[in-house]
Amino acid sequence: MFPRLVYESFRRQTRRKLLAGIAITLGVAVATAMIAVATDIGDKINRELRSYGANLVVTPQEDTLDVEIGGINLKPPSDGAFLNEADLPKIRGTFWHHNIVGFSPMLPVTVPLERDGTQRNVTLVGTYFSKQLSFGKDEFTTGVRITHPWWKVDGHWPDDNFTSVLLGERLAERIHWRALQTITLAGRDFHVSGVLSTGGPEDDEIVAPLAVAQQMLGKPGAVRRVYVSALTKPPDALSVRDPKTMSPEVYDRWYCSPYVESIAYQLQEAIPHSHAEQIRQVAQNEGTVLSRIKGLMLLVTLAALLASALAVSAAMATAIFERRVEIGLMKALGAGNLVVSAVFFAEALLLALMGGVVGFIAGSLLAHQIGRSIFASQISIQPVLFPIIMAIAVFVTFAGSAAAIRRAVKFDPVFSLRGGA
Amino acid sequence: MSTAPTALRTAKEVAERRAQAPHTSMFVRMLIRAAMLRRGRAASALLAMVVAAAVATAMMNLYVDVQAKLRSEFRNYGANVVIVGKSGQSLAPDAVTKIESALGPKTLAVPFAYAVARTKDGQSVVVVGTDFARARQLNHWWNVTHWPDAAGNSGQTLVGMRAAAVATPEHQAFDLTFQGKAIHLVPTGLLQTGAAEDSRIYLDQREFENWTGVAPTTIEVAVSGTADEVQQGMKQLAVALPEADIRPVRQIMEGEANVLNKTRATLYASATLVVLTSALCVLATLIGWVFDRRRDFAIMKALGASEGLVNGFFAAEAAALGVVGAILGFFIGIGVAAWIGRANFHAPVVPRFSVFPYVLAGSIAVALISAVLPIGLLRRVQPAIILRGE
Repeated sequence: MFPRLVYESFRRQTRRKLLAGIAITLGVAVATAMIAVATDIGDKINRELRSYGANLVVTPQEDTLDVEIGGINLKPPSDGAFLNEADLPKIRGTFWHHNIVGFSPMLPVTVPLERDGTQRNVTLVGTYFSKQLSFGKDEFTTGVRITHPWWKVDGHWPDDNFTSVLLGERLAERIHWRALQTITLAGRDFHVSGVLSTGGPEDDEIVAPLAVAQQMLGKPGAVRRVYVSALTKPPDALSVRDPKTMSPEVYDRWYCSPYVESIAYQLQEAIPHSHAEQIRQVAQNEGTVLSRIKGLMLLVTLAALLASALAVSAAMATAIFERRVEIGLMKALGAGNLVVSAVFFAEALLLALMGGVVGFIAGSLLAHQIGRSIFASQISIQPVLFPIIMAIAVFVTFAGSAAAIRRAVKFDPVFSLRGGA
Repeated sequence: MSTAPTALRTAKEVAERRAQAPHTSMFVRMLIRAAMLRRGRAASALLAMVVAAAVATAMMNLYVDVQAKLRSEFRNYGANVVIVGKSGQSLAPDAVTKIESALGPKTLAVPFAYAVARTKDGQSVVVVGTDFARARQLNHWWNVTHWPDAAGNSGQTLVGMRAAAVATPEHQAFDLTFQGKAIHLVPTGLLQTGAAEDSRIYLDQREFENWTGVAPTTIEVAVSGTADEVQQGMKQLAVALPEADIRPVRQIMEGEANVLNKTRATLYASATLVVLTSALCVLATLIGWVFDRRRDFAIMKALGASEGLVNGFFAAEAAALGVVGAILGFFIGIGVAAWIGRANFHAPVVPRFSVFPYVLAGSIAVALISAVLPIGLLRRVQPAIILRGE
């Protein structure tokens, strides 16, 4: 009899069930989408924050002081120590290599630029633009196009394996360079593939493939510094501690967390005779921005959950209140309060499960769509979310029905059957 | 027989009192009684309305305010505009005051002057003259062991980590020479940034100028506001300082625009979703409510009420519900937004009363739709059938 009661109730009152079901489905869909977005937003925004550029810099350990004002190096360029270009792919061998978005070596050289019969000294920076490298079987591409996304080129990006160069915007203007002209550096003619605009000191410089700068300097394989762009975890009490003072367990936890400090430490391990340092302007601020945005989405998600819970409750209360006559009839026929409540709770459970499944699927699609349209990447739905969402759906539906069911059961059947209320 | 006149008088009195009493129209009475008699149902409809209005208010408030809040967080990245003298010339001494008067007091401008000095053992090191108080405000990320105080400027310096290893490895007072002129300096604090600043020594601008005679060549400016406001600010700066080059710091501006746009889009999507869901749930609840009252509808029609009156009655009821729900929800929503602002940004979200008309209009519209939809369906049904109980 009990299953039949529930079954018939669904079959005969399709409209009412549909209304309550729609409310539950919508509530669950929004909750799923919001939770999925909120759990993934940290990762997504972290990647967006990489558009601020590298957050780590690796320099030779025994480096002399930089004497540099406004991007102009006043130190003899062959002075000081260098890193070895051949060591760079080892960055992909560090513990957190999945978090390393990209890296760019830099080698500044002062070269004479001959133009219209006059000669002037300009800085030429050798780097990777979009270089194919491999570490073991791991093939990857890295360079300034990844680590310095605000660099804009009017023309083409040079190929890392050829000798085309980029001319800084202000330098191009100063020497009255016109498209398709070559430039003469230290007696050699170079093809200019484009004009570079960065808003930084590179606007007054020439940027070339690393090999060109190494040739100019006469030091094959030399690299002055490496900029590394890594996804990091916001700093906390553990991150700022000195690894030398840690106990082994704490050290392991520190080493295996993607703090900017521990990534710097691992970079130092990977590249011989190097010193890795966080670029505080980028590294310190992204932590705050990231935690603010994550916190905001968490609170918005809480508000959304609350709203959908109340909406589901209201819909359930309405659905039950409409059926006082039915309850009166059941009670007049001798059903106890317990049985009547059980029928309604069973219905609520069925509604919650059906609405929950449909809502979860709809919410996942929604989250997917949000990820695609805003971040141009997938928002991953954790499978563990499904049981959590279902539990929330059942709980909220029950909680929403409970008060209405109690009131309806207490109601004198005579009144409800008479039709007055 | 003494009771009759009393009763008569009483009846008369009642009639008089009724005549004198403010004339409550049948329409208003019906509205009030309908809400009073079915308190539970009316309350649950109202609750749905209030929740929807509150969520909508909170979302709109946040959407507007969070961008301003995040922008001020992004200003911690430092200057977004750099001013340099054209072709390397130094800037006018009153440039900083000019900048701040052109852009208002919220703008932070920090002058920098550079020179290359030599240490005792002949090593070159870059020395920078600046305003410590301003630099401290602008560059939050500078990791400084101890800032020099603004007042006492007797050779106090900030020494970059790497410069310290060369100039003052023991953190003792040290001497620098610039074109034969020597100066005696004290390392007040150590500076660490991970960038070029680590190889430099910072001292107070006035002292620097007395020593080297070099005036500031660069001013870093943090212009607050939207991208358009920053562009506008740069134009104003170009007018105020015609002898200087105004350059945007693209790294900072583009990074900020990128992150802000993504956050705004996410917030917008979430807000739309949540508001839409609340609206649809209100719709579902109210439709149920109106359907449930088809007997009232039938009785009114059976008693001869015109179509217009019945429609008007339900519409007025819905509108009243929408107005009350919007007002209650608006204040709750402002509270929620303020709480989120305080919890996340440690600054309350300013209540924006400008969103109230939207919330009100939206609430009334949703309420009206949910009243009109079922009535349209019921109109085709004969009152007798409804009253019979089918």
